Amino acid sequence: MEKTARSISTTADHHHFKALQKDFKNGPAVTRACLSCHNKAGEQIQKNIHWTWTYHNKKTGQLLGKEHLINNFCSNARGNEGMCAQCHISYGASNFHLPKKQSQIDCLVCHDSTGSYYRLPPTRGSPACSVLFAGQKPINWRKVAQNVGLPTRSDCGSCHFYGGGGDNVKHGDLSSVMANPPKDVDVHMSPKGQNFACTACHVTKNHRWSGSRYQLLARDKKGVGKPGFRRNATSCESCHGLSPHPKDSVRHLALNSHVKRVACQTCHIPAFARGGVATRTFWDWRTAGRTKNGKGFMIKDYVQGNGEKRETYWSIKGNFRYGENVLPYYAWFNGETSYTTVHTHFNPDKPVEINHLEGSPNDPDSRIWPFKRMVTWLQYDKGYNNLVYTHLWGNDDESFWGNFKLKKAIARGMKDAHLPFSGKVGFIKTYSYWPTTHMVAPREKAVACMECHTAGGRMNGISGVYIVGHSRIPWLDRIAWMLIAGTTLAILLHILMRIITGVRRRKS
Amino acid sequence: MSMHRIMIYSRFERLWHWLQAVAIITLLFTGLRIHGVHQLIGFEAAVNIHTVVALGLLALWAFATFWLFTTGNWRHYMPTRQGLWRIVRFYSYGIFQGEKHPYRKAFWRKHNPLQAAAYLGLKIIIFPMVWISGLLYLYLVAGGSWPGLVNFPDSIALVHTLAAFALILFLLVHLYMLTIGEGFLKHVRPMLNGFDMVDLSRVEEAYLEEDEPGHIKDGSNP
Repeated sequence: MEKTARSISTTADHHHFKALQKDFKNGPAVTRACLSCHNKAGEQIQKNIHWTWTYHNKKTGQLLGKEHLINNFCSNARGNEGMCAQCHISYGASNFHLPKKQSQIDCLVCHDSTGSYYRLPPTRGSPACSVLFAGQKPINWRKVAQNVGLPTRSDCGSCHFYGGGGDNVKHGDLSSVMANPPKDVDVHMSPKGQNFACTACHVTKNHRWSGSRYQLLARDKKGVGKPGFRRNATSCESCHGLSPHPKDSVRHLALNSHVKRVACQTCHIPAFARGGVATRTFWDWRTAGRTKNGKGFMIKDYVQGNGEKRETYWSIKGNFRYGENVLPYYAWFNGETSYTTVHTHFNPDKPVEINHLEGSPNDPDSRIWPFKRMVTWLQYDKGYNNLVYTHLWGNDDESFWGNFKLKKAIARGMKDAHLPFSGKVGFIKTYSYWPTTHMVAPREKAVACMECHTAGGRMNGISGVYIVGHSRIPWLDRIAWMLIAGTTLAILLHILMRIITGVRRRKS
Repeated sequence: MSMHRIMIYSRFERLWHWLQAVAIITLLFTGLRIHGVHQLIGFEAAVNIHTVVALGLLALWAFATFWLFTTGNWRHYMPTRQGLWRIVRFYSYGIFQGEKHPYRKAFWRKHNPLQAAAYLGLKIIIFPMVWISGLLYLYLVAGGSWPGLVNFPDSIALVHTLAAFALILFLLVHLYMLTIGEGFLKHVRPMLNGFDMVDLSRVEEAYLEEDEPGHIKDGSNP
């Protein structure tokens, strides 16, 4: 359980509300009680991306969000909501169906403060999988209902730490360590540091919070804003300002001059997956579906920093590799991403970028940002050259998780989504990029100047800008050293001539 | 005309020379570190030292420029072709024949024509390249900008690095020249105690003996 140091100052004690003095049968009953007082919360939530799982990018026109996208972890939530909607803030989801009614909102997953609330997949999948979720203690609904509070790190983390199917699998900078991170791992969220909840930065207004990954504020030009006016922005600058280092030394002035072109995170998060929990860096679906005596199996061959073993092979998913204290991948980024969706037809001769990062060195709104780059061999339609929805979850004979027949599972996934499938399955190397923005290290652990300002180093792969110590003007250096060598040679020749002619003169 | 040991490098000039020498060597050492040529000190230390020493050198140059113009010493650096060929011929031929250096320092001409041209080039080409690019860079570091500017311009790095390499070439030749003729110490001593042999006219000799007796060591009325 999270160590909450926040002294909750409130004008209402939920224990005494009549609406909560009940033995609730289930979650929706609690929700109805919540909404009986919080009468605007329902419609507010209905506009929230945690509810819609849909994001419409007006710049690119793309329809994004979990309900539409292909990712290079478990591939797709769409059509697998019976499992994946374990992290949808609703009760009663099933494949191709997310609930719509306010009474189906799960208030508790965000507002529980007891740590005893949990969610299970909304439907039972194949019998081979449902055993994974058996044996939980029943929820004491009255207790959790009377102990609601503002979202804690553990509340958000109950989904966000486990994205991709396990602890820190997806993000790299969001693991269970972040529930109570040591100050070394995160200065803001550590109980020994600022003890921030997620919402300290992801500020909310009408149950909608800032800090979207689909369209990110990659270069904040406003900073803290005017006194008394809270900005609805999740950026370092919204608290630390536009020249965050004190103007008291050459070092700090130089650092401030980086702000225009380098994201704060690039220096202040030296590595992700810190604190003992690994992140998955590589996933190979090509090996998924192997069985022993007709049954799926798991191999746990990676021991992470905290001593726990992590799976390196699992029949339902394939092979994995992990990383800890991983150096980020750096790229120019202006906050915009364009996605490869099921509707995108690509050239299968090169790796596919699930989310292509927009930005360039010549664009003043772009900065050098750190990312986790996930590498996955993912199934695709080899005939039509597009990514596919795979039917993973279901108590039927086509779901991959239980039957291990990939082609059949893809055929079903595409058919249910009313999309064409050529019948040919291939595998393609894919990349996805996850902005590294949590796990801010103490200042003395920030990336040192010379880790970037050196030949090679962290800025390898960053082009279009002259980075002192890293970049060279090749012809200049070549000519200069040739001239220096030539001059030295000329001097040596001159000396030699002086000696020879001197000796000759003395002899004569 | 007769040769005399007189003061040719005043105290300020010597101080200027040696401070400038130390500064330039420090700047080259730290600059090459920042450029990534060696790693004998940390990058950050190199940047700090480079910045502080550069600002110090700029202040020194401001004094030196003022001094050159107010004292009239700028005249020593005016380019001339008179006698230039004899100097070039000496370094490329005469020196191997055991000839003596052809140049005699004069009261208002203490550098030979080749030397004067080299120092002038340094003052009006190489040094401005360094300080203009350096100041532009510092202006940007201090938060400055101009319309349309996105990145630190590559040309700042280009000009600054080019000038630095040119300075290395200058230093190599400058130091080697000290070994030519009557030897290293003989060449360095004037820059330490200020005195060197100069060909004086009678009028100049008389002027020194009368008005600056401390500046002439072998006058006829010691």
